[in-house]
Amino acid sequence: MDQFLQHVLNALMLGGTYALLGIGLTLIFGIMRVVNFTHGELYAFGAYMMYAFVMLTGANFFVALALAILLGALLGAGIELLLLRRLRGADIDTTMLVMIGAWIALQNGEQLAWTGVAKSISNPFPAAPLVIGPVSVAWNRVFVLVVALSLIAITYLVIQKTKLGKAMRATFQDRDTAALMGVQIGHIHTVTFALGSALAAAAGALLGPVFVAYPTMGDLAASKAFAVVILGGLGSIPGATLGGFILAMAEELGAGYISSGYRDAMSFLLIIVILLFRPTGMFAQKERIG
Amino acid sequence: MRASLIAAGLLALATLPLWLDNPYILHVLIVTGIFIIAAMSLNLLLGYAGQLSLGHVAFFGVGAYASALVSLGFDISFFTLKPKPVWFAMLCGIAAAGLCGWLIGRIAFKVRGAYFVIVSISFVEVVRLVAVNWVELTQGPMALNNIPPLNLLGFAFYKKPENYWLMLAVALACFFLVRRLVRSKAGRAMIALAENEPLAISVGVDVTKTLVLAAVVSAAMAGAAGALYAHYVRIVDPDVFLFIYTVTMVIMVVTGGKGTLAGPIVGGLLFGLLPEGLRALAIKPELQWIVYGVLMVLVVYFLPAGIVPALKKRLAWLS
Repeated sequence: MDQFLQHVLNALMLGGTYALLGIGLTLIFGIMRVVNFTHGELYAFGAYMMYAFVMLTGANFFVALALAILLGALLGAGIELLLLRRLRGADIDTTMLVMIGAWIALQNGEQLAWTGVAKSISNPFPAAPLVIGPVSVAWNRVFVLVVALSLIAITYLVIQKTKLGKAMRATFQDRDTAALMGVQIGHIHTVTFALGSALAAAAGALLGPVFVAYPTMGDLAASKAFAVVILGGLGSIPGATLGGFILAMAEELGAGYISSGYRDAMSFLLIIVILLFRPTGMFAQKERIG
Repeated sequence: MRASLIAAGLLALATLPLWLDNPYILHVLIVTGIFIIAAMSLNLLLGYAGQLSLGHVAFFGVGAYASALVSLGFDISFFTLKPKPVWFAMLCGIAAAGLCGWLIGRIAFKVRGAYFVIVSISFVEVVRLVAVNWVELTQGPMALNNIPPLNLLGFAFYKKPENYWLMLAVALACFFLVRRLVRSKAGRAMIALAENEPLAISVGVDVTKTLVLAAVVSAAMAGAAGALYAHYVRIVDPDVFLFIYTVTMVIMVVTGGKGTLAGPIVGGLLFGLLPEGLRALAIKPELQWIVYGVLMVLVVYFLPAGIVPALKKRLAWLS
């Protein structure tokens, strides 16, 4: 039972970052109809920025985190303006191929810049874990969960309560009508991609110090983000949040009770099973077949 | 004119090992040829049936693993298999890949577009993780070693020239199979589905049957390429499932021209030989992949239909 509680706690800690990754992807997918294969690279970018600021320049941990998120947003905006802007209205296969090309170039760029050696990043939290009854959790993981939940809440509020969020929701529902109502679709796309990228970079910047940063770290992160989006349904922030925690729980319990070698297979198995039996996801707002 | 050009090209290809005295280049050509077979199979699904499968390397890898395992024999807790002749093993590889194709074809009927892409990627990853973790069967990361080469009527395909001709024969067979298929009624149904699904359904195209047929033939062909690969390089490890191989196949098809018969061959030769050219320039592998990625983006922007249709247009304009 204690072991089970520990697994559940670990899953809670991990779920927040999975949710962050999933929300970024679901926004881009829902609003822009782009399957964003560079999402994992933004995640790796966030982790490497933490390494660069904290370990190379000795910056404050929290300042570094803020900078990493900001730079992630800028990189995302850059990708949108450079690659996707002129493909607006192209079919989904075309943009997907461009994003795959960008992904390969970015990942190998990271490998070239930082070499293949994994980088560890120090953090300012006490090494002794927080002990609650029979279970324990590291302080830096508590910090990760708190920041992830705050960022999710901020994103949700921006989308539900601000004028910008209203324009994003309108674009999601019907791009052409939104454009007729005076929504600048181009701006919305850039902002959406920057926001999604910032969330991915935040997830990387948060998890980089917990694990290590290495060039292909983005691949697994991207696959998990896809799983979260499919679990939660297209364009749904509550769905992606819950999806993140469900995926983390499936992984933790799968690794704990089946085999740790198949830990990363959980996300893919969930994707296949969900798409076969409940293709609309849990919180879908639109039909996804066709 | 056209027929004599094709005949001269075929003759040059068929006699190549006789006048090309460079085993390294021959090796590169054999591996490129095997990838062209895989690209032709992807073209059937992507170019003609209009389904972007980013899990195509799964069929290639399943073909390679199944063929290697049947030829080596294996001993797992509930089942033991004695080593079988290689030709039979290769057929098993093709059948195993075809079976996976049937499965993916059934799924493609349920989910389309972006979702199908994600399902196909997930499928490869699951297969790859099984290959890594089921050590009892696959040896995991230790790889399957000493895979026997093909042996037909006492003649073993050990050396490069024999393997080159074997590859060429399989490639030609696949080419004519694809040509025959896309010009048949079933092939026209695939093209109709890719172009306008509701219209195709309204004139009586059976969606499930057509997509499953395309997926099975395509997967079996990729499995044949995988089996050729396993018995040529004679070692198979879980890295055959790496996503980058699928990407290589997709680049070959898209650059050459999807939905054209010559497209995968032109694109395959270009991207099969390009890494060697880049290596000759002493470029680091990371930079080489960056060039790949950038080229992929540029091709989508400037040659959206691919090289072969662009050339055809140019030729038609000239005459």
